[in-house]
Amino acid sequence: MLREALVSALIGLVLLLAAPFLFDDIYTLTVLTIYGLLALSLGFVWGFGGILCFGQAAFFGLGAYGFAIASINFADPWIAALVSLIIPALFAAALGAMLFYGRLSDVYLAVVTLVVTLILFKFMNSTAGSAYKIGNARLGGYNGIPGFDTLTLPWDSSEYLINEYLYYFCALILLLAYLGLRWLLTAPFGRILVGIRENELRAELVGYDVRLIKTLAFAIGGMLAGLSGMLFANWAEIVTPALFSLSQSAEIIIWVIVGGAGSLLGPIVGAFVLGALKFFLGQQTLVNNLFVLGSILVVTVLFLPRGIVPTLTPFFKRRRRRSRTAGGGERGGRNARRRLRHAR
Amino acid sequence: MDFSAVVVMEILYAIAVLVLISAGLAVIFGMMRVINLAHGEFLTLGGYAAIMSNQAGLNIYLSILVAAPLAAAVFGFLVERLIVRFLYGRLINTMLATWGLSLAMIGGFSMIFGNTTTGITTPISGFAVGQYQVSGYNLFVIVIAALVIGGVYLVLKTTRAGLVARGAMQNPEMAQAFGYNTRRVYMFTFVAGSALAGLAGGVMAPLVGINPAAGAAYIAKAFITVISGGTAVISGTLASAGLFGFVSQTFTFLATPVVGEIALLVAAVVLLRLLPTGITGRFLKDKV
Repeated sequence: MLREALVSALIGLVLLLAAPFLFDDIYTLTVLTIYGLLALSLGFVWGFGGILCFGQAAFFGLGAYGFAIASINFADPWIAALVSLIIPALFAAALGAMLFYGRLSDVYLAVVTLVVTLILFKFMNSTAGSAYKIGNARLGGYNGIPGFDTLTLPWDSSEYLINEYLYYFCALILLLAYLGLRWLLTAPFGRILVGIRENELRAELVGYDVRLIKTLAFAIGGMLAGLSGMLFANWAEIVTPALFSLSQSAEIIIWVIVGGAGSLLGPIVGAFVLGALKFFLGQQTLVNNLFVLGSILVVTVLFLPRGIVPTLTPFFKRRRRRSRTAGGGERGGRNARRRLRHAR
Repeated sequence: MDFSAVVVMEILYAIAVLVLISAGLAVIFGMMRVINLAHGEFLTLGGYAAIMSNQAGLNIYLSILVAAPLAAAVFGFLVERLIVRFLYGRLINTMLATWGLSLAMIGGFSMIFGNTTTGITTPISGFAVGQYQVSGYNLFVIVIAALVIGGVYLVLKTTRAGLVARGAMQNPEMAQAFGYNTRRVYMFTFVAGSALAGLAGGVMAPLVGINPAAGAAYIAKAFITVISGGTAVISGTLASAGLFGFVSQTFTFLATPVVGEIALLVAAVVLLRLLPTGITGRFLKDKV
């Protein structure tokens, strides 16, 4: 397990370091990394917590807005970055507590998260005019908030963290988040979380506080989404209500389901592939962007309901197992069981 | 006096719109436990069908009341055969697939019709209540919504097809054992729900104007109304549409339309927190 984690960390590090040399549009690459982190946050909540949140965009937007507002009000943007982590995490914890202590599940949970995102979207859109401001920051309604200070280099506060610096910063955070979540899933907390996903009633009867654990997992997901929102604010240098929009939420879910909800790597891959596809499609006018994304989602649900990565993994695993003789059977058994579970 | 008459009519109108736009979704959800997230685009499709057939020379009432539901029903039939029927019993997967369909339809509409708003003029002129001007078309919408709800109720309660549909919903195995093909029942239910969505789109078209992304404005409200109503098609939809229509219109009068919308959404969240399975999950359980 430890060796697997180390290997994947190394591969990830090499890939992220090498990416700027393979793909010279660093601006696009940065936003793909940010999308990867956003997808990872939903992949954790949905794939391992079994909580399908239709409003991950709410935390993404809150992180971005939190950073923009705090950055205008505080002198040091790094304090603003901290604020932008705390706000979405607290918001997710409060919302999660309301949902899980109220015993809401599947469709009802989806509708409440969707509605909360819509409320934020509608509210932010209606905040034009000087009455709506927090400290020195005017919320700006439909036009959003431009012109806030972005992050600076930690060792030199007169230099902004842009271009290559911003990319490597985002890549580092993505890698740390991935490894952190992998570690969390092997820790008792993660095991209990997966146990709850498998059978909530049994986990509860065994004596775990399902409501608390789900709330915590939801808050962690919200914090990561907020973190990616903060990075997005740094990348775009403007925040607008579109961050809270329904299509933003839809996109996150598409990344996760196409990449594969049952793994941590899947959502990241999904975000990179579909994000790149979106930029490519944006450059031509023959086929509509949404048409392609929507069709991909339909086809994936019908023919590849587990997503790209979990579908492909057994092929790699099987090849490796053949080279090893002992212990293969046990691993195969576990894989087969996992496959069965996903088929359901 | 005049003012309160106008207020009552506006509230009734808000409720009627909610009933109309969520009826199709409610039929499909209540009967089959399937959430059609492309519902908003089915409405848009109905709207486009009404506008285009009207421009082609068809009578406006025929365009709204016949062409729109017909187009949506045909499309709904295709969608059921090609996508939804493979996903029965998998609630989340149907939601995701129909969401994909919704995005694809938005894209398709903008490729075909372009990214512009088209509309038709309302066929009924307004009239005065005391010193206030009231839109006659709003009254038409209220009447249509009442007819739709009454029609669905009569079909479900008094016809044999309605009986079979309710039976297939309550106990699919038993219905199968009696020789009814539940798959076919589901298919007809889905087509009927799509037709209702198309009708709603046609009726709304003169009021709002149709553009490719117009469905997004409806789907959230319809989705919220249906889920908060619970599984009983008629009483659930009426109860939640009544509540939300009243709340949003009251707050619109007291403050602004934006506050009204937000009040509706907040009411939905509070309601679902208190009644996690919708209104008919606790009250009116045995009603249709």
